[in-house]
Amino acid sequence: MTQSAPSTSAGFYGYSFSLVGVLAFAVILFWAVVALFAPHFAPYPVGKIVDMDYFGPMSAKLWLGSDYLGRDMLSRIIYGARYTLGIALAGVLIASSCGVILGMAAAVIGGWFDAALSRFMDAMISIPSKLFGLVVVAAVGSSLPSLILTLAFIYTPGSYRFARALAVNVNTMDFITVARIRGENTLYLAVSEILPNIIRPVLADFGIRFVFIVLLLSGLSFLGLGVQPPLADWGALVHENIQGLSFGSAAVIAPSIAIASLTISVNLLIDNLPRKIRDRSA
Amino acid sequence: MNSEIANMIAKRLVIAVITLLIVSFAVFFATSMLPGDTATILLGQSATPEAVAGLRQAMHLDDPAILRFLRWGGGFITGDLGKSYANDMPITTLIGGRFVNTMELAGITALISIPFALTLGITSAVMRGSVYDRIVTVLTIGVISVPEFMVASTAVLLFAVYLKWLPAISFVNEVHSLSDLLRMYAMPVVTLTFVVSAQIIRMTRAAVIETLSTPYVEMALLKGASRSRIVLRHALPNALGPIVNALALSLSYLIGGVIIIETIFNYPGIAKLMVDAVATRDLPLIQTCAVIFCAGYLILITIADIIAIISNPRLR
Amino acid sequence: MSKLVEIRNLHVEAKTDAGRRIEIIKGVNIDIAKGEIVALIGESGSGKTTIALTLMGYTRPGCRISGGALLVDGKDMAKLSEQERADIRGTKVAYVPQSAAAAFNPSQTIMDQVIEVTRIHGLMTPDQARARAIELFKALSLPSPETIGGRYPHQVSGGQLQRLAAAMALIGDPKLVIFDEPTTALDVTTQIDVLKAFKSVMKAGGIAGVYVSHDLAVVAQIADRIVVLKGGEVQEEGTTEAILATPTHPYTQELLAAFEPKETQFAGKRTDKARPLLEIENVIAGYGPIQADGLPFMTAVRSVSLSVEKGRNLGIIGESGCGKSTLARCIAGILPANAGNIVFDGKELDHNARRRSRDALREMQIVFQYADTALNPAKPIEDILGRPLSFYHGLKGKARDARVDELLDMVRLPKALRYRHPAELSGGQKQRINFARALAANPKLIICDEITSALDTVVAAAIIELLKELQRELDLSYIFISHDLSVVEAICDEIMVMYRGEKVEHLTREDVKSPTHPYSKLLFSSVPKLDPTWLDNLVLEPELVRQYGGA
Repeated sequence: MTQSAPSTSAGFYGYSFSLVGVLAFAVILFWAVVALFAPHFAPYPVGKIVDMDYFGPMSAKLWLGSDYLGRDMLSRIIYGARYTLGIALAGVLIASSCGVILGMAAAVIGGWFDAALSRFMDAMISIPSKLFGLVVVAAVGSSLPSLILTLAFIYTPGSYRFARALAVNVNTMDFITVARIRGENTLYLAVSEILPNIIRPVLADFGIRFVFIVLLLSGLSFLGLGVQPPLADWGALVHENIQGLSFGSAAVIAPSIAIASLTISVNLLIDNLPRKIRDRSA
Repeated sequence: MNSEIANMIAKRLVIAVITLLIVSFAVFFATSMLPGDTATILLGQSATPEAVAGLRQAMHLDDPAILRFLRWGGGFITGDLGKSYANDMPITTLIGGRFVNTMELAGITALISIPFALTLGITSAVMRGSVYDRIVTVLTIGVISVPEFMVASTAVLLFAVYLKWLPAISFVNEVHSLSDLLRMYAMPVVTLTFVVSAQIIRMTRAAVIETLSTPYVEMALLKGASRSRIVLRHALPNALGPIVNALALSLSYLIGGVIIIETIFNYPGIAKLMVDAVATRDLPLIQTCAVIFCAGYLILITIADIIAIISNPRLR
Repeated sequence: MSKLVEIRNLHVEAKTDAGRRIEIIKGVNIDIAKGEIVALIGESGSGKTTIALTLMGYTRPGCRISGGALLVDGKDMAKLSEQERADIRGTKVAYVPQSAAAAFNPSQTIMDQVIEVTRIHGLMTPDQARARAIELFKALSLPSPETIGGRYPHQVSGGQLQRLAAAMALIGDPKLVIFDEPTTALDVTTQIDVLKAFKSVMKAGGIAGVYVSHDLAVVAQIADRIVVLKGGEVQEEGTTEAILATPTHPYTQELLAAFEPKETQFAGKRTDKARPLLEIENVIAGYGPIQADGLPFMTAVRSVSLSVEKGRNLGIIGESGCGKSTLARCIAGILPANAGNIVFDGKELDHNARRRSRDALREMQIVFQYADTALNPAKPIEDILGRPLSFYHGLKGKARDARVDELLDMVRLPKALRYRHPAELSGGQKQRINFARALAANPKLIICDEITSALDTVVAAAIIELLKELQRELDLSYIFISHDLSVVEAICDEIMVMYRGEKVEHLTREDVKSPTHPYSKLLFSSVPKLDPTWLDNLVLEPELVRQYGGA
């Protein structure tokens, strides 16, 4: 460590970590573990009515109170993590991989392929995402696979535009020209020359897009058009219990806080990623 | 104004029209992809095959998709929006008054949030790194990172449940006085303003910070120019294009926000209508609402692009 | 003479990415007398611009003055409040930036910006200011001085903007003007006009100046005294004559040595009978859609023919926009020519590199100016050098590793560098890797496009030496493209002068001192010499300048 490094960063293996970033990562890790091992953590079965009262208050027995049917909120949030994280992760994986592959292809191939694809993607972007979600859900319904595909489809154009812009920039670099006149083929150019140079911003975009998808999924579920009962993600939990809002019930507030803690953490992590210390020799 | 600018504007307009065509095409086909048969859905599972076939023919469902799209698009242009599946009312009638309500909500929100957010965005960029800037930045990230319904429910908890200043729900048909009017719009507008302002602040701040790091701003500083002179005379005129663009993009969050806010506050607008239509799978209504929203968004973006073109000094 | 500026024990700190503070100026002392022009000279990173900017009480974001005194006309710029500094900026100390094109606000007219200083400090009425500005425009020999102020920055040329920036600095009648590499971005023929204009205005007004530059020859024309900097410390200082005549510090000696014409044995054995290695005939190329006449919308190369013989070097020289780089890209097949023939090693080449055989591509390599963009930043050096080895020669594993070591050795770099990434190398090292990658193909011809232009003088000289040595060892031919006559002269057997897309003259080494085409004459005579009296004695035919001089 250097003598005058500010208190928020510490150096390990040539990277500096910020406290905020580490905390944000811990929250994300926490939710990931909760989602993976939900049955081990949940104190009650997810569908079981355990409270005589509905919208019961927080107590030693029911940490987050009960919902509109008297089910344990804590257990429902723990299981909800599976759907919110799982669907969003699947959606963002599909969206980002499609976007990056198509974006790099457009940049390297260029010409009419690029022009046509970009015009189409630009048009898709100009449909507000929530509206797009409503339309597609109306059309194909809201089973889990169709939800995932819908979310992926809505966020592919954004990912495409981002990756294409990066790839086009890299594509103008002289080292690409050098590789081209060496006689390299398109696949080598995209995978070996361009991809390593755009992977960091693409991963950051992956995180941001994950947040978008969590928000859209929660929004759709909140409207009752996302995950359908008896399953429930966090947005659906808010939807189920919205009548409890006027009593300030934890059944509405707790799932909202769960969503916020996840999305804010991802955003903070992206802004505070470990940075490589470049001045080691300076 | 010269021919180059006119050319670029014309090009933008053509692109906007093409985009609207692609978008309505996409909306139409998405809603035509129904896994179930529309006629069966309308008549229910117990309908006789003859009845279903009859309805299919009456609705031209057996025609090729492209023909149906053209017929639908033609109807759109002539103002014949068809009838709702759900209650057989003309869509024009269903949408009419609600469209006005939504425009009111959006308009009031824009009127409040644009000046408010621009001021915050520009000042926080100018005072970059100060405590004020940090507070603004943290708050904006907070609002951007959470779903709109959470902003709304926080507002309800705060203003309606604890403070009891405002009713949690809007009822447009029960307005008797000015204070009723204020109370009715207050919650939806406050919530939407938060959502939209956060986006505007973030993007405006980024645009201004970028201009503030240009060599000509450094040059102005080295001429001895004051801070306000640097910002007003050198940074802002050049940040105008990006700021207008940020505004247009942010106002698209108005559309997303409106969908949630109208639902949560039971506000009788076009977005609420559409959400209800999705629940009943009322396709003609969904299509129309979707195209109206997309067109609104495209108009905003196109206006922003045109302002950016006109304000570009290099085209003078 | 009384002192206008006294810099005493100046220290400046910069904050790095990781939040660490490092000292970039380490205790510098400089004095400037009234009316004296002092040059700060050094390579990039030597701290010359940082020191110059501190005289205005300004440091770039992330830097701060951490110690010392900066007396300008009796006031310590380091200790003043921001308001007091602002009062001095533009009135007592003024600044002429490196890139005037970037330093002018694109949304205001030039006149508004030139007279802004008088508005800010309330020096005179706008009408007086405009009249004074027009006087300055005349003194700086700007064309149409009465109307040029009404234009926007993008409507005038780079050389004119640079002079307008000087007018912007001089309007407040400053006692000290800071010139931050003001001619570096300009072509030599334009540089002459700008330098002359600066010099006459400064002398006429008895204004003191700080002239920041990396170019010793330019500095020799304008400065009374020279301060040589390296690594944030003063290496040597003295009068211009003394520094040029009797440099004492090794770094200064190196700088001067880079200007000495080198005695070299050129491959020279002209093998008249042998067919040329490369022969191109009537090549036409350009950008944009093809017009009805079969030519591109913007023609950059107009019917150029040339030939390169085996083991000999051709230099192509010309100013920015003359088409020399486009020609290089045509030959390499990056930008397919629209017409003409390219014959390489006896075989006709396709205009488009995509349709050339792998061997044809291998035998002709191109090396670009900016190693930063020519080397993939995401790959270690061994992969960058290894790829052509496996691609062209099918080398794998140990054989490939051994060849990478050999290549590093050929370009005089330590083997340990193979594990590093380009960002961890210096500019000169990167350019050597860039060149080694071309060597990896075992080419017959290497096209060097301005490969020394982005490098510091001393580093560039070493690269040229390396190129010559490798040529002797490997039987290579070079096409060497540059805007810098001295570089081309140092390595080429034949020199071709280009102007506006056309080849205007072809010279051999022997007749390079006596060009016949008027443009070549102007170009060659515009290259600054180390002699401090060169600029004052330079007489250019006005007719020539009118026809070909800076736009």
